[in-house]
Amino acid sequence: MRSHNLITFIFILFAPVTFAASGNLAGYHMKVDSSDVKSLQRGARIFVNYCTGCHSAAYMRYNRLGKDIGISEEILKSNFMFGTDKPGDTMNIAMRASDAINFFGTAPPDISVIARSRGADWLYGYFMTFYSDPARPFGVNNLQFKDVAMPHVLWELQGIQKPVYKTVTHKDGTEAEVFDGLEQISPGILPEGYNEYKQVVYDLVNFLVYLSEPAKFQRQKIGIWVIIYLLSFLVIAFLLKKEYWKDIH
Amino acid sequence: MNAVIKLLSALLEWVDARFPLLKMWNEHLAKYYAPKNFNFWYFFGSLALVVLVIQIVTGIWLTMNYKPSAEHAFASVEYIMRDVEWGWWIRYMHSTGSSAFFIVVYLHMFRALLYGSFKKPRELLWLTGMFIYLTLMAEAFFGYLLPWGQMSYWGAQVIISLFGAVPVIGDQLALWIRGDYVVSDVTLNRFFAFHVIAMPLVLLGLVFVHIIALHEVGSNNPDGVEIKKFKDANGIPLDGIPFHPYYTVKDIVGVTVFLIFFSLVVFYAPEMGGYFLEHANFIPADPLKTPEHIAPVWYFTPFYAILRAVPSQFGGVVAMGLATMMFFFLPWLDRSPVKSIRYRGWKYKTALATFVVSFLTLGWLGMEVATPLYTWLARFFSVIYFAFFFLMPFYTSTDNDKPVPDRVR
Repeated sequence: MRSHNLITFIFILFAPVTFAASGNLAGYHMKVDSSDVKSLQRGARIFVNYCTGCHSAAYMRYNRLGKDIGISEEILKSNFMFGTDKPGDTMNIAMRASDAINFFGTAPPDISVIARSRGADWLYGYFMTFYSDPARPFGVNNLQFKDVAMPHVLWELQGIQKPVYKTVTHKDGTEAEVFDGLEQISPGILPEGYNEYKQVVYDLVNFLVYLSEPAKFQRQKIGIWVIIYLLSFLVIAFLLKKEYWKDIH
Repeated sequence: MNAVIKLLSALLEWVDARFPLLKMWNEHLAKYYAPKNFNFWYFFGSLALVVLVIQIVTGIWLTMNYKPSAEHAFASVEYIMRDVEWGWWIRYMHSTGSSAFFIVVYLHMFRALLYGSFKKPRELLWLTGMFIYLTLMAEAFFGYLLPWGQMSYWGAQVIISLFGAVPVIGDQLALWIRGDYVVSDVTLNRFFAFHVIAMPLVLLGLVFVHIIALHEVGSNNPDGVEIKKFKDANGIPLDGIPFHPYYTVKDIVGVTVFLIFFSLVVFYAPEMGGYFLEHANFIPADPLKTPEHIAPVWYFTPFYAILRAVPSQFGGVVAMGLATMMFFFLPWLDRSPVKSIRYRGWKYKTALATFVVSFLTLGWLGMEVATPLYTWLARFFSVIYFAFFFLMPFYTSTDNDKPVPDRVR
């Protein structure tokens, strides 16, 4: 992976990343690792347990998932696919969009390429910052996505957070309550608490990034050989040019 | 071995008696004499041809799996990315190729500004090149709708609605282009037709004419002198060398270097940080939900910035159209007797440098949200952009040009 990182780094020098970074919460940054198969498997498990009740991944096939991140067809059938799905099917859901609009006010989006439109950091911040808000239909709000229609489906893992406010005095003497952070008010079921939940979210987002572009790992693996080939060919091409041009002054 | 060679030369003779194969080969390659002093800037013509081939070949393969319908377009692109063997590679080559095309063409055009390649006797060559550029813009615009993402959809919506700013017939014109009251399945279908058939045909025709025109007048060079003035006893320019093999082997080096950079993007940064593939375009088109920030792809942003800089919408459309058309008049706006920047005075050098800065700054401004400050910046640089063209007759005719040598250095 090292060489890929180096090449990626070179590109970051050329391509300002401001575009991708806009609208992300400060302090929630994660480094995606598409080669960490164990993390992808854990993320896939969370995905099918908590997400696919409402969200489809209509461009992803179960057997492709199994092949890419090393899940056998038996496990796929027993733990990932429900109902009459075949391994070659895409990950669709049973909930009708019209029903979903009645339940949530909006249809949950398809998740296949969500990581490519939102970005990993956005998703990471999103899953970390659900907080208790009795004014919302499901009792939660979100710092990254204000007034989101989605309930906090991972609440049993994370527990419940509430916002903390502090009083600041403005220059003109007026005082105002401003948001200061989130505070855990009841624990989740994870034995190690916050840090373990952070790992859960990392795995899930890592998986969502994989899901958004399954060919990514493949292209990074092949790319290096293409570059090596072209560099070797460049030597030959350059020597050929030099040979032909030696009599031109 | 000898028998094979005999057979092949017999075959060539047979063909040559019926088709001017050898004649064409000689006229355009083996006996086409190009100046011997081409530098870095002269790679971009052949590179444009390479990118054109990449786009056509990958385009054919994409067409095999793409579905031009509002219902299936987005899904069929993801199908190509996931289920088609090597589909992701073909698609990334095509998407990277479109940006690469503009990079190469912009550098190719800049070369002409550097060395005066648009000046007499190459006015027609320049005009055909400009028509290629306009066709390329249309081709890119039509193609950008096809993935049917949010930016595809709303970008097309914005650009087509610009035609609505035309007085009297505007609304009818926009309706006629869309074929519907909003961008819809009908629009997608006709844009598909334009993208895969109409524009490529025009493009190929124009490229053919461009090369014929080039070979008629001969290439310019970094010294801006005409090599045809000094010929040897056989009528061969003293400073010319046969295009083949000299420039074919040299261009192979250029193409390889280009392919290295191209592959780095295709394999390691196909989104190029959101510049080549915009993040919002991974959300399927939704006619009911306007994105917060609509920006065209980077290669259109200088003109988009000019459009937004003008307070009235119709005025903006006129300014944007004029900004692209100004290049057509260059051969007649430039009054200097000197072609190459090497022998031009300080005025043209300053003007060109300022123009480059304003073009790049406008490109950046066109991507950003238009705040009042940015709008004023865009106005300032738009004025500089047009001043480069409108003042050209004055600063080029009074420049302190240097004497030009008879032959290339």
